[in-house]
Amino acid sequence: MKSSTFCKEWLDSLPQNEGYLKNEQLIGREFLLEKGMPSKKDEAWRLSNLNKLNSFLSLPTIIDSEDIESTSKAIFPEKDENRERIIINPNKTPILNIDLPNGIEKLSNREIEDNLGKIVKSTNIKNDISVCLNQASSRQLLALKVKRNFNQSLEIVIPSIEGKSISTRIFLLIEEGAKLDLLQIFTGNNNSAQNHLIEIKLESKVELTHGLISLGEEKESSSICTLAVEQSEKSKYSLHSIHHGWDYARFEPRIIQSKGEASTIIKGLQVTKSKEQISTHSLIRFEGPNGKLDQLQKAVASEYSHCIFNGSIEVPQKAQKTEAAQLSRNLLLSKRARIDTKPELEIVADDVRCTHGATVSQLQDEELFYLLSRGIDNKHANSLLLKGYYDEVISHFPKSAGKWKFIEKLIQDKKK
Amino acid sequence: MISSTSETILSIEDLHASVEDQEILHGVNLVVKEGEIHAIMGRNGSGKSTLSKVIAGHPSYKVLSGSIQFKGKDIIQLAPEERARIGVFLGFQYPVEIPGVSNLEFLRVATNSRRKELLKSELDTFEFEDLVKERLKIVEMDPAFLERSVNEGFSGGEKKRNEILQMALLEPVISILDETDSGLDIDALRIVASGINRLSQPSSSTILITHYQRLLNEITPDFVHIMADGKIIKTGNKELAIELEKSGYDFIDDNAKEKEMAE
Repeated sequence: MKSSTFCKEWLDSLPQNEGYLKNEQLIGREFLLEKGMPSKKDEAWRLSNLNKLNSFLSLPTIIDSEDIESTSKAIFPEKDENRERIIINPNKTPILNIDLPNGIEKLSNREIEDNLGKIVKSTNIKNDISVCLNQASSRQLLALKVKRNFNQSLEIVIPSIEGKSISTRIFLLIEEGAKLDLLQIFTGNNNSAQNHLIEIKLESKVELTHGLISLGEEKESSSICTLAVEQSEKSKYSLHSIHHGWDYARFEPRIIQSKGEASTIIKGLQVTKSKEQISTHSLIRFEGPNGKLDQLQKAVASEYSHCIFNGSIEVPQKAQKTEAAQLSRNLLLSKRARIDTKPELEIVADDVRCTHGATVSQLQDEELFYLLSRGIDNKHANSLLLKGYYDEVISHFPKSAGKWKFIEKLIQDKKK
Repeated sequence: MISSTSETILSIEDLHASVEDQEILHGVNLVVKEGEIHAIMGRNGSGKSTLSKVIAGHPSYKVLSGSIQFKGKDIIQLAPEERARIGVFLGFQYPVEIPGVSNLEFLRVATNSRRKELLKSELDTFEFEDLVKERLKIVEMDPAFLERSVNEGFSGGEKKRNEILQMALLEPVISILDETDSGLDIDALRIVASGINRLSQPSSSTILITHYQRLLNEITPDFVHIMADGKIIKTGNKELAIELEKSGYDFIDDNAKEKEMAE
């Protein structure tokens, strides 16, 4: 089927939105009708498995009562005492079925109108298909703010529905001086798809620690997630993400330091097996001086799987004294697996310190022999080494995140 | 500690071995009995470290011919982890750094692997912490090193102490210590040597691979072997090491020349 026909059919299958997302849906529809679905000619999608993307889009988006019933039965680990949990169950109105903790509240209509879509627009990249796919299909909005100078923890869980595709839209406004420890968990289901568009605005002096655990696990589950973050001056943002177990996943974090003078830390891990494809396409742009970035992207690919990392950093003339470091470290565990990694640094300012590097290696024989020579069996030694490899990313998650058993899942797969 | 009835722990016969298709060991013969301390000395490249790796079962080293028997059983076909579990311990010349792997967890997993072989109960986290704290005293090591990644950021001396700590936990039957004295200052050398002495048992044995006699001032060997060109060319007692320290390795060349002339 031609890409344009496929695209139109998909768009026609989507229910029409009302409210805040009506206009967003129009923007997404218009773009997709004009541009069509991505092709290998689009640089950002060149390595993407478009068959898997088409499977993603061929799943029905209409959620029925049976689906709602099955998702409501999903069992999750017990929530932390100090961390409020929001579970996003599709078509459940209103989306917020909990009492929000002190210092976190829903955005007012005015605040939504003022902010929604602006961050994603300012991080716009050519042929922004991931965003438009979400705009066209998202029917619900979770819009929250953390009030000025509050210090809060929050967990947002988004489960998938078997045989269905869901889209979610999230907007978080974190007001001046506030601190938020945010943990997001995406889980897959058999033959399911998720599409997320998350916008986060950090006002000045905000500290946001953002953990994102994205676990496909089940058969043929897919995920596309665009995360657009705008940082005001003197804000600190640290993102720690894990993608694992998806047949197809695409993660697009885009961070803008709107006036520079902010600090960004990104530690990402993607782990693939079987014929999975997981990609991360990051963009960090400094719109003012004295910005700092520390980015580490790790990938582990085994069997026939494929990991992709494209890391763009933009340092225009006005971003003098920027200090940015990007490192892509990759582990190939099979001859048939594939890893593509591409740093893209666009530096115009002349008084900056920017470094980047990429390595692809295998598990080190000498490390393995050292463990074996102490009587540790091969499987256990490999597990220890992998855990060590993951540690640079997973050690940043709060201890309580361990209840999602992601470390065990990451290691168990590779031991098979 | 040596008696005529001592059991043979390690018996190496006419061992030839290669790495990357290059033969390094050209027929090593060595017998180590329980309670014995052997020192192997020799120039760089004489095959000392290769011998230690071959005994421990490093996969990059290939045994071409000959045998290695541990308590009468040929171990050439055993995987390195199996050799370690039955009591073969290699103290590394350059202990490997493993970022992200906790030293404490590594030590516990290794200790439990050995204990399982000895039909002892496996230790849980708390029991192991008690044991390791007690063994730390042998090498005068700061418990803070347990919390760090395996050997990561350790100084040369700390790495070697960590090796002896592993020896203390695994309670091997034979320990092959590859240049454990290299990179140590006088104090660290004394601590490491005292640890090795404390761990020596009438039922276990030790092979010290070293360049210098100074380690042998601290640990008295029963036998001193000199390796050259992948063979043990001379065996003696501690006096041989003292002689070597005085006159250097030149006598090896002299011996070789004499041999050639005679032939």
